[in-house]
Amino acid sequence: MTASLAIPPGLVLIAAGLLLPFLKGAARPAALLLAPLAALWLVWHVPDGAALHAGFLGYELTLIRGDKLSRLFATVFALMAFGGGLYALGQARTAELVAAYCYAGSAIGAAFAGDLITLFVHWEMMAIGSTVVVWCGGRSGQAAGLRYAAMHLLGGVLLMAGIAGEVVSGDSIAFDKMALDSAPRWLILAGFLVNAGAPPLSAWLPDAYPESSWSGMVFLSAFTTKAAVYVLLRGFPGAEPLIYVGVFMMFYGIVYAILENDMRRILAYSIVNQVGFMVTGVGIGTEMALNGAAAHAFTHIVYKALLVMSAGSVLYMTGKRKCTDLGGLFRTMPVTAACGIVGALSISAFPLTSGFVSKSMISEGAAGQHLAAVWFLLAAASAGVFLHAGIKFPWFVFFQRDSGLRPADPPWNMRAAMLLFSAVCIGLGAMPEPLYALLPFPVDYVPYTASHVLFQLQLLLFSGLAFFLMLGWLKRTLTITLDFDWFYRRLGRRFSAGLDDASGKAWERLVEGIYLGARRLNHALHRHHGPEGAFGRTWPTGTMAFWATLMLACYLLLSAL
Amino acid sequence: MTGPQNDHWLVRPGTIRRLWIGFLAILTLLIGVDLAVDRHADFGVDGTFGFGAWFGFLSCVALIGGAKALGAVLKRPDSYYDR
Repeated sequence: MTASLAIPPGLVLIAAGLLLPFLKGAARPAALLLAPLAALWLVWHVPDGAALHAGFLGYELTLIRGDKLSRLFATVFALMAFGGGLYALGQARTAELVAAYCYAGSAIGAAFAGDLITLFVHWEMMAIGSTVVVWCGGRSGQAAGLRYAAMHLLGGVLLMAGIAGEVVSGDSIAFDKMALDSAPRWLILAGFLVNAGAPPLSAWLPDAYPESSWSGMVFLSAFTTKAAVYVLLRGFPGAEPLIYVGVFMMFYGIVYAILENDMRRILAYSIVNQVGFMVTGVGIGTEMALNGAAAHAFTHIVYKALLVMSAGSVLYMTGKRKCTDLGGLFRTMPVTAACGIVGALSISAFPLTSGFVSKSMISEGAAGQHLAAVWFLLAAASAGVFLHAGIKFPWFVFFQRDSGLRPADPPWNMRAAMLLFSAVCIGLGAMPEPLYALLPFPVDYVPYTASHVLFQLQLLLFSGLAFFLMLGWLKRTLTITLDFDWFYRRLGRRFSAGLDDASGKAWERLVEGIYLGARRLNHALHRHHGPEGAFGRTWPTGTMAFWATLMLACYLLLSAL
Repeated sequence: MTGPQNDHWLVRPGTIRRLWIGFLAILTLLIGVDLAVDRHADFGVDGTFGFGAWFGFLSCVALIGGAKALGAVLKRPDSYYDR
């Protein structure tokens, strides 16, 4: 153990985050920018194997365990915190930045967690941090944040139950590859999948993320779902159900994004779509597919953050999110539009962008296992990505028609963050070797073959043709599309309103019944014991004398007998 | 640069026509190049002529059609949850 290991890399970000409210002047941007770089430096000094232990309730915890997979994710998390911090320098709500840095630090902690308990603690810290980020989005963020918190607490309960079962069954608490052979492990998988945005609960993501602030969604888009991809890669590589879950997520994301009008919700649905590619890769489980899933998580964090920054800049400058309100912004926001297009091309896996060198490894993994259906579905979904994110987002926001809006490009730091991430997208696309060197398994793959480039260009450009030919069908309307959240936002509310109504009526009836009963009792008492009642009224002396005489007569008669 | 009659060069009808011509030329070229490149195929169908082109196009048509059908059932006004 070297000296630098005494500091877990995530802790630097968390500490910097907690210090933020006390920093004034130049110290604040310095902390925002230097903490992620310090974390990145520490990430690269974590050696292979367990490096930091602690005891807790009789369990030996492994707070830090390094290997290529955890370093890959921790690296991109730290890089993301730097880009997000640069972008959010002007965010006046310090609470959001505190939460975002704690959230990012916890994600790095989760990537290095060597046992299930340490993982769970970081998992829940991420849930809390991200909830506060959503909450900082204003009024609509508060309601969405509550729903978001409820979903993540549910995921946390599933995970906790699974971990408890694992501990009780006497298995090691080390976080390694698990076979899906017991109920606790299925629970752990379910807990992971809730955070990945898997069905049926995927609606939490497009519900909550777009309600955060212009900078909040940049952080949100990166950590929760990709930390889920990381734990799936480590815990359940090759678990077959993940193929079906992943394929469903890919198409769910595309179809809902096609129907969506809000630009930030389009990007939120496309997160589910992209995580679907990764989950499919984890399910396929070969070295090629796992490398593909890991590489895609890395490139995705960067280009998705870039897209969300581009959308965030539009929101920051115009205050508008709906495609029906936007259009024609390329005139006055050239940097934002250009960076948005770079992100859109990268997510579409256009040659010379980062998506091309990562996503194709997942398809190659499917081909290697002769999974024909999966391969064709991956290709169809790749075409669909260009459709819903690659063209739809830039087209409706920056071109389409002239909305009359003439906002300028955002402040320098936001432009710098977008340009930095654009450079990463193109750099990794042109020279994938540094990324390939970070992947968990040795890479024996050449993305740039004539056959592959031609196939991808045909696939994407003819998808573009379909988009423009069918533009009439894609016209944006002031609508949302019902999702699973309808069950808890509408049906659940109706049910509780119905229950409220029924219980209210039942109570009224009960009160009325008691009142009537009491009145009847009172009436009966009054009849028998009241002034006019048989027992209550004053009897005449004659009656008394009559009854006394009768009794005496009876007595006489009886004694005579 | 602004104003309805003297709008940005990129949105003038002439430019848009030229962009369409350029786009269609690139598409034709991509199909043509298919003959020259030795296409790698894993499953047979993916080696057919212009596979990426027709598969991409048909996938998108199917996805848009599918989305439209789903939208017919599940679309609601965007103030749905505010009421």
